[in-house]
Amino acid sequence: MKVISKTITSLSLILLFSLTAFAKGDKKDGQNSHGDPINTQEEINEYIQHHVKDSHDFHLFSYFSEGEEHHVGFPLPVILWGENGLAAFMSSAFHHDDDGKEIVEKGGSNFVRLHGKIYELNAGATEVSFDEAHHPTNASTPIDLSITKSVFGILLLGLLMLLWFGGLAKQYKKKPIPTGFGRVLEPLVLYVRDEIAKPNIGPKYRKYTGYLMTVFFFIWISNLLGLLPFGFNVTGQLAITASLAIFTFIIYMVSGNGHFWSHQLWMPGVPYLLRPVLAIIELAGTLIIKPFSLAVRLFANITAGHIVLMSLIAIGITMQEQMHPVGSTILSFVLSLFIMLIELLVAFLQAYIFTMLSALFIGMAVEEPEHH
Amino acid sequence: MDQLLENFSLDLFVKLTVLFLLLIFLMRRFAWKPILTALQDREESIQGALDAAEDAKKEMENLQADNEKLIKEARAERETLLKEAREIKAKMIEDAKGEAKAEAEKMIAQAQSAIEAERKSAIADLKSQVASLSVDIAEKVVKSELSNKDKQLGLVEEMLGQATLN
Repeated sequence: MKVISKTITSLSLILLFSLTAFAKGDKKDGQNSHGDPINTQEEINEYIQHHVKDSHDFHLFSYFSEGEEHHVGFPLPVILWGENGLAAFMSSAFHHDDDGKEIVEKGGSNFVRLHGKIYELNAGATEVSFDEAHHPTNASTPIDLSITKSVFGILLLGLLMLLWFGGLAKQYKKKPIPTGFGRVLEPLVLYVRDEIAKPNIGPKYRKYTGYLMTVFFFIWISNLLGLLPFGFNVTGQLAITASLAIFTFIIYMVSGNGHFWSHQLWMPGVPYLLRPVLAIIELAGTLIIKPFSLAVRLFANITAGHIVLMSLIAIGITMQEQMHPVGSTILSFVLSLFIMLIELLVAFLQAYIFTMLSALFIGMAVEEPEHH
Repeated sequence: MDQLLENFSLDLFVKLTVLFLLLIFLMRRFAWKPILTALQDREESIQGALDAAEDAKKEMENLQADNEKLIKEARAERETLLKEAREIKAKMIEDAKGEAKAEAEKMIAQAQSAIEAERKSAIADLKSQVASLSVDIAEKVVKSELSNKDKQLGLVEEMLGQATLN
């Protein structure tokens, strides 16, 4: 709990910054709410839905003035491997179109963007045609190697981690006690090692600590990054949490020893008739439930947090008719402040839980039988 | 489940997996390994220092105990030395007193014997003088008796007067 409270205090600055940034957006939107096509409930809903998904450009916010929509953000590179080979362009080429209307011609292929996905039109087609379920019929999906919002986030995060912890590692070469920011990082490293890796894995912890630390700081920092008003939602992507869970899965499958597998497949000390049943249950747990729960827990917690936070912020806009604008702003501010604090806790907690469970699963796999 | 699958993007999954593998590799190589090694070294050195301090403390305690023992012993020795010295002093005084007394007694005895001897010799001397005087008187008395009866008598008288003065 000490670590958590420390974290909260140290990040209160970030919180303040992010809230003021959100409030600014609210105010700007609130000024011209009459006939404004952006601040409708449907648009806000759309925005939230859009935000929690990965995206090809960095969209901060939109506003409506002088009769046209303005989008604030910056484009990201789109890299595609389609039927005609590699094609690369900036996402601004789509002009914020997400309905498959804007066609980008590059490398001999025509690309459109539809609900966050890029399709390559079949040769000869000049327009997307849809079936009844609104799926395109005359387009294929190229291999998407784009630097999307999440990939950009991961690159940024990896760079930050390398910079911070690489710096810390360098400091140790000169002196045994780090100074400056290293002093903040060192207790965190010690915390992961002493509270997560050591007690759960046991004497073989050293081999797995590198992975656990990477996962812990990756999740924690990306959770915190997600709370900043830039719209990152790295750990809210199922693809990412699934990838992390599969890493843990591979590690504990590979490092499982004979003791572990004998308990998995042929549980000693149990009547023979029960053993196959237990094996099925154990295997289902090890092969499916554990990685699945790891992936979904993190994904669901972070996505839910983002949706709730954004919805509460949206109260400031949507409740303006029922309450006075001042009232709705205050209500939204108080509620989102409250949930923001909880989200800060959740950011740490989910990183802790994921790492702790990973360590626990690895610990179960490498545990040596007790000698009686 | 459909919702979950809709949220899942295979492209992103592959990209992230590659990036994350790279990140794990880089972090292990450039951060965790040196950090963990440094931390372990530091902890070991701290533990070593603590152990050394503990040892030094024990040694100090031992030394202190030794010192105390030594001091106690020294004190006891001093005590006995002082006692002995006191005893010797008393004995010496006693001895000296005895010796002095004996000497004095001896001296007194010697003096007494000397006095006795002197007295005896004086008496003997006196006796011999008295004897010779008596002989002289007798001679003179005899002489004057022989010459003049009166004179002889006067002489005896004078002689006798002189003898009493002596």
